[in-house]
Amino acid sequence: MTVHLRAISGAVAAFLLTSMPVLAQDFRLGVAAEPTSMDPHFHNLSPNNQVMRHIFEPLVFMDETQKIGPGLATSWKVIDDTTWEFKLKPGVKFHDGSDFGVDDVIATMKRAPDVPKSPASFGSYIRGKTFEKVDDLTFRVKTPGPEPLMLNHLAQIWIISRKNAAMTTEDYNAGKAAIGTGPYRFSEYVAGDRVVLTRNDSYWGEKPTWGKVTIRPVKSDPTRVAALLSGDLDAIEAVPSADAQRLKADSRLTVASALSNRVIYFHLDRHREDSPFIKGKDGAAIKNPLNDLKVRTALSKALNRTAIVERIMENEAQPASQFVPDSYPGTSKALKPVPYDLEGAKKLLAEAGLSNGFKVTIHGPNGRYTNDAKILEAAGQMWSRLGLDVAVEAIPAANFFSRASTGGANGTPEFSLFLVGWSAGTGEPSDSVKALVTTYNREKGTGSANRGRYSNPKVDELLLTAIRTVDDAKRNALLAEATEIAIKDVAIIPIHYPLNTWAAKKGFSIKPRSDEYTLAMSFKKD
Amino acid sequence: MFAFILRRAGQGLLVIAVMVVLVFFGVNVVGDPVWILVSPDMTQDQIAEVARSLGLDRPIQEQFFLFVGGILQGELGRSFVHGTPAIGLILERMPATLELALVALMLAIVVGIPLGLYAGLYPDSAPARGIMAVSILGFSLPTFWVGLMLIMVFSVMLGWLPATGRGPVGHFLGIPTSLVSWQGWVHILLPAINLALLKISLVIRLARAGAREAVLQDYVKFARAKGLGRGRIVGVHILKNIMIPIVTILGLEFGSLVAFSVVTETIFSWPGMGRLLLEAIQRLDRPVIVAYVIVVVCLFVVINLMVDIIYSLLDPRVRLSEAAT
Repeated sequence: MTVHLRAISGAVAAFLLTSMPVLAQDFRLGVAAEPTSMDPHFHNLSPNNQVMRHIFEPLVFMDETQKIGPGLATSWKVIDDTTWEFKLKPGVKFHDGSDFGVDDVIATMKRAPDVPKSPASFGSYIRGKTFEKVDDLTFRVKTPGPEPLMLNHLAQIWIISRKNAAMTTEDYNAGKAAIGTGPYRFSEYVAGDRVVLTRNDSYWGEKPTWGKVTIRPVKSDPTRVAALLSGDLDAIEAVPSADAQRLKADSRLTVASALSNRVIYFHLDRHREDSPFIKGKDGAAIKNPLNDLKVRTALSKALNRTAIVERIMENEAQPASQFVPDSYPGTSKALKPVPYDLEGAKKLLAEAGLSNGFKVTIHGPNGRYTNDAKILEAAGQMWSRLGLDVAVEAIPAANFFSRASTGGANGTPEFSLFLVGWSAGTGEPSDSVKALVTTYNREKGTGSANRGRYSNPKVDELLLTAIRTVDDAKRNALLAEATEIAIKDVAIIPIHYPLNTWAAKKGFSIKPRSDEYTLAMSFKKD
Repeated sequence: MFAFILRRAGQGLLVIAVMVVLVFFGVNVVGDPVWILVSPDMTQDQIAEVARSLGLDRPIQEQFFLFVGGILQGELGRSFVHGTPAIGLILERMPATLELALVALMLAIVVGIPLGLYAGLYPDSAPARGIMAVSILGFSLPTFWVGLMLIMVFSVMLGWLPATGRGPVGHFLGIPTSLVSWQGWVHILLPAINLALLKISLVIRLARAGAREAVLQDYVKFARAKGLGRGRIVGVHILKNIMIPIVTILGLEFGSLVAFSVVTETIFSWPGMGRLLLEAIQRLDRPVIVAYVIVVVCLFVVINLMVDIIYSLLDPRVRLSEAAT
């Protein structure tokens, strides 16, 4: 571009932008997915929760690595196996000036599980717990059995004012009831366009940095990046992996990533003798080979995780060894990502009597996780090298999850070998192990996302003991042991842990979060 | 005239009924929305509870009859995802889409007709050839690519126009619109150009073909023989005659601008109902999809009616009763 054109463009830009003064304290944040509601208890979904976190606060906080610390509750103690006592922070005020106290906590816990028409409620964190007032700043929680994950659960519940407990979802959407204790006040919500927040000057904690925060959903990846480059936005979340390296090299920007609590993995059909998407090479029905540990191990060894991470994820990921990265509590330090070993895999397959391989169709969602369809294709190619006839089918998420969960005969999972992702919202692996690899049992609520129907009494027993063990060290050891058994038995084939990447203009510092939340509080002006 | 409108309304209702049945069962074939809605760590019982509360545990025929019953009571259903009435969600975002489509339509007329007229009057001149070449590009380049290029050039490289979003919303005669402020126009320009590009090309071609045909007509020769000025011949006699097909096509195209601005709205993050539809489809939010179809069919019926009326005003030979057959 010539100097002349630059001068003109500068003048035009100045002219166009004059009526839009950008204050130094304004912060414009671009997010990839739009919140579905302003009701903090309507939909337990990250795009909602991350907006709520500005306005509302939980009793205990999770920091950027999901470590638990005091929040609206300053201290707690375990009275006995089934009773916890919490002390609340005195002097905290809601945005409308009213005092925060135990009555608000109790009103919240009553409302949150029972919001009408809620598609994903917070009930699982609250049901079974009884909240009792001791005094204005002290309450006790009673549970039917030991509940070691008490704090992890309470960290998910947004505390509302008791005055607004009877308000409807529409009242919250209109802003009438969106009153919390958080660092930012609700100011405006235009569905599909923006959420505007203003600083809570009487915030009890560290003074919020920004005078005004505008959160704008920009779904299209290239547009979100362009909006940052053009200065429409100050920061964006979910930097596409294809752009991350380029943006890191751009001197006008700051980029930061954190390893997420999500694992991308293959689930394997373990509940059928004849799996619908596996056939002999001649097309004849064969016995489900995935029931053979040697075949499962061969599949895992034939996956070149390093290549997937480097080539497809463009280094915006790490090879995975288990359900959550081993920086989290309750994980096994002994497990390492299975190294790529094609010869070893071929040998194992031969030992299993399948040296000719077999035909398999692998399935996965398209567009649900970063590069999901590409990873599925790559895995298909890698398994072809192992000697299998692989067909790859990437399906839109809307269709994939219902088929993967109940698409088969009698409402059983449909697929044989399929790619899925799982994130550990509680910041440790107990939910992952429980949902993915314990025996599917509706009454007990175990194996709720066990779409392979893997079942191992040893894993079940360890997990069920772990989630009743209040002692952290003991529980984490049990979880690590359950993880080791399940992974060595190849109950799932972990592929990678994606990185979450944020980008901001130069001069901002970013504190990236492992729970994928994008918060204005994570950004500071240098 | 009244009978004509009534008949049109009747036809519209029939189309709505057919579309609703098709969409309702079609969405059901795609998948079960419960698995998209629930958070993955919920237990089997909690998932079943969600299905029950949304009525998704019933057989599909029963769901359909409940839905039809709801319509008869004036209730189109609540969005599974938002929990609020589906029709409200659509109407809330409709002004944004309408204003985008209107500006795009205006661009198509203001840019397309003069250029097309010029190309028709001087078909062999160099500018006319240039205009036609550009109109071929306008036809063949995919919208999403042009949109990204517009953002790349005008927002990222030149920094003249914002890349995303809608400007501040004011009110004009009670209608919420961003067109009352300068910032509103700055924000709408790029998406409107992107949406209008195809229509501009279309109008250029229609106007050119019409003009080329009209200059050879007897009434033009006669007007010239009468000694009318060139401006009056082109501005009144030719223009009025070539407007008839253009109005018809633009009327229909306006409907498609409103209904299918999905791509442009997604790329420019425009908070209109096209993006709402896209998200509703991705999340299998059946009440929103069905309500959207109803709204769009109504829109097409109204637009077609208006086109017929304008048509009859432009061409006195046309009577509405004939147009209806």
